[in-house]
Amino acid sequence: MTLSPSEIALQVSDLEVSFVDSDGSLEVLDKISFSIARNAFVCIVGPSGGGKSTLLRAVAGLIQPKGGKVLFPGGSEGKALTGLVFQKPNLLPWRTLRDNISLPLEIDHRPDAEISSLTQEMIHLVGLEGFEKAYPHDLSGGMAQRVAIARCLVQDPEILLLDEPFGQLDALTRERMGDELLRIWNERRKTVLMVTHSISEAIFLADRVLVLTCRPARLIMDLPITLPRPRTDAMRYLPEFIEAARLLHEQLKGSNLPVC
Amino acid sequence: MNETPFSAIKIGFWQRLSRNRLLLLLLSLLLFLLIWQVLVIVLNLPGFILPSPAEVGKKFIDVFRTGLLWRHFSATLGEILLGLLFGISAATLLGYALSKSPLAERLLSPFLVGSQSIPMAAVAPLLVIWFGPGLLSKVLICSLTVFFPVLVNTLVGLRDVSPDLREVMRSLRATPAQTLRHLEIPAALPVFLGGLRVGASLSVIGAIVGELVASDRGLGFLINVGRGQYDTALVFVAVICLVVLAASLYGLVLLLENKVLSWQTWRKEV
Ligand SMILES: Nc1ncnc2c1ncn2[C@@H]1O[C@H](COP(=O)(O)OP(=O)(O)O)[C@@H](O)[C@H]1O
Ligand SMILES: [Mg+2]
Repeated sequence: MTLSPSEIALQVSDLEVSFVDSDGSLEVLDKISFSIARNAFVCIVGPSGGGKSTLLRAVAGLIQPKGGKVLFPGGSEGKALTGLVFQKPNLLPWRTLRDNISLPLEIDHRPDAEISSLTQEMIHLVGLEGFEKAYPHDLSGGMAQRVAIARCLVQDPEILLLDEPFGQLDALTRERMGDELLRIWNERRKTVLMVTHSISEAIFLADRVLVLTCRPARLIMDLPITLPRPRTDAMRYLPEFIEAARLLHEQLKGSNLPVC
Repeated sequence: MNETPFSAIKIGFWQRLSRNRLLLLLLSLLLFLLIWQVLVIVLNLPGFILPSPAEVGKKFIDVFRTGLLWRHFSATLGEILLGLLFGISAATLLGYALSKSPLAERLLSPFLVGSQSIPMAAVAPLLVIWFGPGLLSKVLICSLTVFFPVLVNTLVGLRDVSPDLREVMRSLRATPAQTLRHLEIPAALPVFLGGLRVGASLSVIGAIVGELVASDRGLGFLINVGRGQYDTALVFVAVICLVVLAASLYGLVLLLENKVLSWQTWRKEV
């Protein structure tokens, strides 16, 4: 499957990242290459401490790579290209829920009227009406993470980078948030690159699942998920789903332990 | 059922009293003055050793009427406010600059830590020698007293800003000025205000020490005059004014803290 440049949202080629500190250098990413089609939903799985967060931060431009390139071939000028949702909500504790979501717009110097209407729209989208004036320490983990997602979406980035966004949630909330994410993705047509440690979550959400190895992380598998959309809970029991889970599980076990 | 037990009313009264903090403060003040007055009468102390509250009160009204008190009070207040203005500005600017340059911070931090232990009372005479007995030396002493706690707390506050939140600002492509406004200032404010609270009350001491060394006006000067003339009541008046001044400054910072840090609801609960 070859894509023309205009259909590619993100192209990562031979990406190498290493951290240097007093006792030497730590190689984290080892020549990672992949590209993602516009509007695709791609999940990354891999062992903990392997370099998944590092990969996302390099794509977001927060880390200077040692080698290789991160390209956005079809990116339109002047728009937020990437929006990153961190592993933790990382909300500003002195700002209310509403003001946390409007922060990117304030930084972007948008007019007040636009800020308030876009913010309100996001609050509605993530289902947090009525909590606008709450402070982060009054929110549950799931609510805080939804605020973080809204803060990212409000910039209307072309590519959403999600780092284990549901990591701290219980299983049921997690599934519901997954459904909501799919709904948002469907409504807003975005390219999503999401890290998760749950194989079934990856299969349920994604068009493709990438498997990374332990540090230094290499890409060892690129598995297309051909389940039709919209995805439903019943699909979790289809042979296709189970076969994908088996394949991913084998790769992860072969790549080493679930922890580096 | 329709008769109210007497004890219930009594408990209600004491409970209401213990909740009214202003009333309690006034009561304890009154008690203090009473004991003081009784002590002076019983021990038959002469006025130049321990004047009675009544004498101090009379003195206060005297010097207030003649405008003497206001002249000296305003002189000291002016020195303190100017000192605070310069000291806080310099400390905040230098603190921000140092927080951006780890090397400079490491070079300077031994001096900063050391400076915390310099007694201002020992430095004040030097400053008076160098800068004369006028306004300048007092303003400098005040500035220096408030400078170090504010500088150190600005540095600590900025250094402790969460790296995760810094990364959020970077991922939102915020400029340094926007990071300062939206992240660094609100994050460092609690620690900064803590330094300001200490510095502001210390600056009152700074001004007085400077005036005691050499001056021709101010509450410190008034204390010197009272001492020289065995007018102990005058010394008391000046000291009480100083206490009120220091407490008001402290209270002002506290008020500011409660206003800007209202998002920290635990502050209200305490
Ligand atoms: N800023 C950093 N400086 C030094 N080492 C880091 C830094 N960030 C991550 N690492 C190291 O890189 C490795 C990969 O981390 P990370 O990308 O967070 O893994 P994952 O998200 O897959 O759990 C870990 O060993 C971690 O200690
Ligand atoms: Mg991670």
